[in-house]
Amino acid sequence: MHYISPVLWQFLEKWLGNSPLFPPEGSAMSVHVDVFFLFLLLVEIVGVTIVTLMVVTFTILYRKERHPVATQIEGSTLLEATWTLIPLAVFLVCFAWGALLYFRIYDPPTNAMNIYIVGKQWMWKAEHPGGQHEIDALHIPIDRPVQLTMISQDVFHSFSIPAFRIKREVIPGRYSTVWFEATKPGVYHLFCTQYCGTDHSAMVGWVYAMKPEDYRAWTQGSTSGSSLAQNGERLFASLGCHSCHTGQESARGPDLAGLYGSKVRLADGTYVTANDAYLRRSILTPGAQVVAGHSAIMPTYQGQVSEEGVIDLVQFIKSLNSNYRIKQGATAPELEPGQAGTPGTVPAEPAAQAQPGNRAGSAHTTPGTVK
Amino acid sequence: MDSQVIANDPEETQSAHEHSPHLVHHYATMDQQVESASFGMWIFLLTEIMFFGGMFMAYLLYRNWYYDAFVAGSNLLSIQFGTAMTTILIVSSFTVAMGVFCSETRNRKGLVAALSLTLVLGISFLCMKGTEWHGIYVEHHVPGPNFSIETFVHPTDARDVPMSPDAAQHTQIFFFLYFALTGIHALHMVIGCSVLIFLLIRARQGAYTDGNPTMIHNFGLYWHFVDIVWIFLFPLLYLISRHPLK
Amino acid sequence: MSSTSIINLPNQQTARMPKNHYLNSGYGLKSWALTLDHKRIAILYLLTTLFFFCIGGLMAALMRLELLTPAGDLVASDTYNKLFSIHGIIMVFFFLVPIAPAVLGNFLIPIMIGAKDVAFPKLNLLSYYIFLIGGFFELYSIIWGGVDTGWTFTTPLSTHYVNTNVISAAMGIFIAGFSSILTGLNFVVTIHRLRAPGMTWFRLPLFIWSYYATAIIFILATPVIAITMVLIAMERVFGIGVFDPALGGDPILFQHLFWFYSHPAVYVMILPGMGVMSEVVGCFSRKRVFGYTAVAFSSVAIAVFSFFVWAHHMFIMGISNYSALVFSLFSMLVAIPSAIKVFNWSATMYKGSITFETPMLYAFSFIGLFTIGGLTGVMLASLGMDIHMTETYFVVAHFHYVMVGGMVSAVMCGLHFWWPKITGRMYPEQLGKLAASTLFIGFNLTFFPQFILGYLGMPRRYHAYPAEFQVLNVMSTAGASILAIGYLLPAMYFLWSLKYGAIAGSNPWQATGLEWQIQSPPLKDNFEEIPVVDFEAYDYEWLANKTRHEVTNVG
Repeated sequence: MHYISPVLWQFLEKWLGNSPLFPPEGSAMSVHVDVFFLFLLLVEIVGVTIVTLMVVTFTILYRKERHPVATQIEGSTLLEATWTLIPLAVFLVCFAWGALLYFRIYDPPTNAMNIYIVGKQWMWKAEHPGGQHEIDALHIPIDRPVQLTMISQDVFHSFSIPAFRIKREVIPGRYSTVWFEATKPGVYHLFCTQYCGTDHSAMVGWVYAMKPEDYRAWTQGSTSGSSLAQNGERLFASLGCHSCHTGQESARGPDLAGLYGSKVRLADGTYVTANDAYLRRSILTPGAQVVAGHSAIMPTYQGQVSEEGVIDLVQFIKSLNSNYRIKQGATAPELEPGQAGTPGTVPAEPAAQAQPGNRAGSAHTTPGTVK
Repeated sequence: MDSQVIANDPEETQSAHEHSPHLVHHYATMDQQVESASFGMWIFLLTEIMFFGGMFMAYLLYRNWYYDAFVAGSNLLSIQFGTAMTTILIVSSFTVAMGVFCSETRNRKGLVAALSLTLVLGISFLCMKGTEWHGIYVEHHVPGPNFSIETFVHPTDARDVPMSPDAAQHTQIFFFLYFALTGIHALHMVIGCSVLIFLLIRARQGAYTDGNPTMIHNFGLYWHFVDIVWIFLFPLLYLISRHPLK
Repeated sequence: MSSTSIINLPNQQTARMPKNHYLNSGYGLKSWALTLDHKRIAILYLLTTLFFFCIGGLMAALMRLELLTPAGDLVASDTYNKLFSIHGIIMVFFFLVPIAPAVLGNFLIPIMIGAKDVAFPKLNLLSYYIFLIGGFFELYSIIWGGVDTGWTFTTPLSTHYVNTNVISAAMGIFIAGFSSILTGLNFVVTIHRLRAPGMTWFRLPLFIWSYYATAIIFILATPVIAITMVLIAMERVFGIGVFDPALGGDPILFQHLFWFYSHPAVYVMILPGMGVMSEVVGCFSRKRVFGYTAVAFSSVAIAVFSFFVWAHHMFIMGISNYSALVFSLFSMLVAIPSAIKVFNWSATMYKGSITFETPMLYAFSFIGLFTIGGLTGVMLASLGMDIHMTETYFVVAHFHYVMVGGMVSAVMCGLHFWWPKITGRMYPEQLGKLAASTLFIGFNLTFFPQFILGYLGMPRRYHAYPAEFQVLNVMSTAGASILAIGYLLPAMYFLWSLKYGAIAGSNPWQATGLEWQIQSPPLKDNFEEIPVVDFEAYDYEWLANKTRHEVTNVG
């Protein structure tokens, strides 16, 4: 739009963006969305005006005092065709424009920086690649595409930043992604927009868009000392993963080095790409997709590893170029899985599932959530 | 589409009103009444298809996701039992059809015999279903807290591939769908049998063979529909992808 | 006859109510509770649905009061969640879905097509009692602690995370669903088989066409919500995970099944209103509805297309981009028949002879508000826009414009229009106009600010909200109080008119249609003799000739 009409662009950015009746425009995408919105608003106004004009004109011209006897008219195929085809054309333009925008909003650029978001009743947890954790807040650098990989620990949530015009459902059991590129430093609302229980309206937070240098300073100031991959490495060791995934030819578990992004051949002969979702599935339900040449002996870690733990493990596996670190881990003292203090694990809980309502209470106590 | 049927002139309407004892007052002719009833029944069956449709959709999705668990679940169901139940239902469809025939030919004894046979077949189907459910209950394969995955992790049959515990959990979904589908089908059978008992009592008193077979006709439609649902359930739950008989 | 009105009442000094009619054909509780008369069943439905409307309205009032201030101070957050859940469940399943088909449809369909009753009167009564039982389940879950899942019952929240009366609420909807199915079945068979001699498909009033489309949706969509509700209840009772990802289930499957019903159900909530519009606009313009065939087939088209748009509620839920494309395209297409209708109603007024009685005022309000509601629907169907707007107050405002601005206006319109036929007496015309204007102003003041709130990003179902949204919320609450007056006023003068209203005579509006050719209130059997139809629908010239030559009316 800025190459079509710089004036309109200025209007949008400077005036509308500061109006109390219009949300601030904080991302590169928001102006594109707003231009489309103004187009749709125009369609709306024109449509309502046409109908109102017809109704008002006819009621003035043909009210009973002026026009006591009605003239019977059967209809007109030409008119019917007109008001079928013209709205159809307009709606198809809306469709095409909307679809293009949708694809742009939901297809992340390849160079985007990735931040993990875990939603749970009733807070947002963000995990930066450097190991920074935050709750109900998200610090991001401007002028750089940021991709969020999100998952919910319990029910449906929805991650919404109105100023960036983005929103995506955060679903239990599967990763969803969304991306944006903030353009103006500032503090913006972060909402959960999918009804998620008692404190749904308290599941809000702030997005801090910062200049790159401020962001760098923030990352250094709030690091927890170890990156996600390092947390994952510790968890990997404490769960005893290295006893099978040794990386040797004869090992009981498949080799993990260089696994991320590669094509894996499964026991049933099909191939699957080793992405976040595949690794998560393989940790939580290993029997579902068994790698060719191995038998389904891996136990499930469902209920033992929290969503943050899975993210840590995935980050660790992502970072593995060789089996050097795994061998290092094998010599470290083994920790009891589920022992308090091991980040990313869930302590053993009696009957944590099955009965409705039980989970509502237990969801609070999951460790690995504390910063 | 059917304006000819009801566009009779008023005098004929009047005469029909006087003559047929079965005509309900708000219908003009007997034809109109009979056609309305059977049309209504067909629409009702249409809603029934949509009702089962939701569950078939769920079956389709999870079968795709958890193929191995569905195969393992199928293997536990008895194919002999299933075949017997299918045969019973097909025969009962035949007896219902005979009932419709008898009621149209005003054969009271024949109608009573056909309906009794259908009732016996329907009840024996339900008994077999109950037995099968009981067997599944004994083996702890009813979904819920008592569900046991033991059979799937350590199968006794040599042809079964042992499953990992997490994959075996998904057989719960198979058995849930099994119970939901066969349970709602059985509920339809129970309703069918109850109506059948009512029809039988009336038929003994001479109803339906006095020139008004509509009720039997519509009941027949319902019974055939319930049979057809089973004709879909049998292969989906018992037959597809299972290992062959011993 | 004055030059500004078409109301034509008999001389009040000499006029008497008819000696026999359906209201006095039997007295006592039993004559009502066991009635097979479609008109009495319609009255039963009317009272029941209005009762539910009052509950739903009360919840809405409390919600608006809570939202007066940004902090959650009037009620606790759990209470607020229950308020909007009950408001949604009651208004959708126990008011909007049944009110137009079961009340206006039951009363008018047999009369309009020239039949003595619906095809299956006993089934009709049964479906009322099924509805009542469903209602009791719902009341039980409200009184004993409420339910807080939202009307959408999103899994796994509804199945594993809340401890309220989800099972009884789901069962209430399940049971009431069968009432819809049976009503739909009854209507389809009635319209197919019971039309009077000469009443061909293209002589049917457009009201019948839109109710026919509604009935099709009832028949095909309702069973799916029924089975979905059963699955929810089973999942809660047995702790199985068909919809729970932790146990291997798929919560998205629930969304598909739920919206497969609930989107067509939205058209159940508007199609009957469109039927009312066609009657009223034609009558007060003294003209045949412009483009009869187009309006008739657009109803059927809406019913058909409505089954292919459900996933537009799930654009941000991670359905594949390509299926989002298809559903967006179909959502655009389903808007076309609605546009056709609006243009045809407007064109009907061209060269008409328009008067401005209360039903016509409601019709104007319907056309305006429905156009706004419909076009904002196009905004939401546009994929890229939907991402920002969905799950905010924009959606709330959009569907209230369609359902309250559209459907409730239409119901009020229909009640005023057919009130003289139902009761035999007129409502006070001046008060009626006042109430219609109050409703229009109150409605816009309530819901227009919500469009702005939505674009600003205020999420729906929020108990507390950021302070910068307060001004618009205060406007909305203020509007809601005007809206409440707009509903209370008709309630009072309708009651008043039952005893003191002017005697209406058989055709106060001088309208066409078989229902106006019989006495008001009608006989128990509607017609003394089944009429033979030899005229087209909305033939106002025929009617004018007829009244010129005849002294008395039929019946």
